[in-house]
Amino acid sequence: MKHLIPEFEALKRRLPPELDSTLVLPCLRRIQEDRGYVAEEDIDGLVEYLGVPRIQIEEVLSFYTMLRRRPIGHWHLQVCRNVSCSMRGAERLIDHLGRKLGVAPGQTTADGRFTLSTVECLGSCGTAPVVMVNERYHELQDERSLDALLEELKQP
Amino acid sequence: MTGRKVLMNFEVTPTSHTLEAYLARGGYQTIAKVLRELKPGDVTKEIVASGIQGRGGAAFPAGRKWQVVDPNDGQPHYLIANADEGEPGTFKDRWILENSPHTLLESMLIAAYALAVRNAFVYIRGEFDQPYRRLAAAVEEAYAAGYFGQGILGSGFSCDMFIFRGAGAYVCGEASSLLSSVEGTRGYPRNRPPRLTVKGLFQRPTVVNNVETLSNLSWIMQHGAEEYRKVGTAKSPGTRLISISGHIERPGVYEVEMGYSWAKFIYGVCGGVPNGRKLKAVIPGGISSQVLTGPDAKIMTPEEVESLTLDHDALWQMGSSMGSGGMIVIAEGTCMVRLLQVMLRFYHHESCGQCTPCREGMGWAHRVIDRIVAGQGRPEDIATLRYISKFNDGTTICGLGDAAGYATVAFLDHFRDEFEYYIEHKRSKYDGRLECLPEAAHA
Repeated sequence: MKHLIPEFEALKRRLPPELDSTLVLPCLRRIQEDRGYVAEEDIDGLVEYLGVPRIQIEEVLSFYTMLRRRPIGHWHLQVCRNVSCSMRGAERLIDHLGRKLGVAPGQTTADGRFTLSTVECLGSCGTAPVVMVNERYHELQDERSLDALLEELKQP
Repeated sequence: MTGRKVLMNFEVTPTSHTLEAYLARGGYQTIAKVLRELKPGDVTKEIVASGIQGRGGAAFPAGRKWQVVDPNDGQPHYLIANADEGEPGTFKDRWILENSPHTLLESMLIAAYALAVRNAFVYIRGEFDQPYRRLAAAVEEAYAAGYFGQGILGSGFSCDMFIFRGAGAYVCGEASSLLSSVEGTRGYPRNRPPRLTVKGLFQRPTVVNNVETLSNLSWIMQHGAEEYRKVGTAKSPGTRLISISGHIERPGVYEVEMGYSWAKFIYGVCGGVPNGRKLKAVIPGGISSQVLTGPDAKIMTPEEVESLTLDHDALWQMGSSMGSGGMIVIAEGTCMVRLLQVMLRFYHHESCGQCTPCREGMGWAHRVIDRIVAGQGRPEDIATLRYISKFNDGTTICGLGDAAGYATVAFLDHFRDEFEYYIEHKRSKYDGRLECLPEAAHA
């Protein structure tokens, strides 16, 4: 994480000086964006940089669903299965993706290309069902559009 | 009905979210006028007079929240826009963030001036990508144009803006939990008192307002409270963004005047239920608001539901709430037992784990509903779900556990026959359907 410190310093400029612990979550998110997950050495680095107890960072890591401590597949497919998406076919889409990829939700394909997950409401109920692929929303999905999307994502 | 739009009053184009487009719509003239002509107290007076109610769910008058803060007490104060839009069925704040982020920013400058805030934040939910990018770009545009930073527009007023991204936690939409998150810890809610306006972020007086609530402020300060109140009802003035989804022909975000007719909104504006189906039920304001029944009603007939008006009082009188404005329409033929299963799975997943009744109760309720859906329900399961819901009520630090209980009880009250049928016959009365497909698709 050391190479990210100049970016963290830039964030501080719009924060009151005494509020450094505010940066715990923004730093963790930036680290994960950079490496794909948060490693032990990142935690060590952050403990030193922010001067917060290690347990605080561990707690934050275990609390927020978007943070992870292990790598996952290159493409992370997250299918919303909350009320409005379920009412528009999300359950079919989860089954379909599971069959196409040969994995259950929570698993990664053997080639490390895809991880399939289910998530709760993504705030995309009016364009349900929604599948989040890495950070991008793909809205109004059905089996055909997902097939096309998978083909696209399989390209190196 | 005047058709007034406070927020959705421009044509959305690929560039309508930019500073240039916002300035062309008269943007940032209100903050300039406020800084030039008004004292902070004048702004608060106007917001109190407007009677605007919070748009996040609780409908607390925004002005009264502000009045607790004394701008001259010599302490730092903080202002946070709650953009952690996570109540299932709600996607209205996303519309503002994506399409008119400068409306929020200008309104926040007005609020910051009134409350003597030097540092303002937007707490945006972690999954939002496009809304974040639009908002972040808008903040940079606003800084470059001198609307944030030191000595804004040549005045003595300075304010910095920090966009804080969440990381996936429903509970962080609860204001005290949101503050814990900003402080760099788990997003645990806090006991009140003290109110957040007394001891909030880092123990300083803090105002947390919803994105939509704040975004109304520039209009109110431009046109005045009296003009604002000309639309809406006496207790719920102004307009409201409603996000509508589920079994509805034209889902999306709409701005309606408070007090607008449900029948006109659902059937006229939004095109009614697809595939010629009848309305079964409506969840009026996010899944934590109590479901209102449709045709199978024991408590309300569909005509009664349709005769409702869209304002807080009308819904409170019906034992529900306008909540976050996230309306979910449910067609006849939908299995309410499985829909409650989806909801209880969500509440279980999102319970933050701090309070025992919610942490254990949500898991328990989830196991009971899973058992019913698997055809292994027991005759006493309905009573058990009621017991858990009642036990949660008032025994947790935040209101999410209470709300989950109210929502559960409403399902059990209004669709008791479906739950009894499922337990007795070990299968759904409606084949477990959640989708509203044409009749042929079910054959």
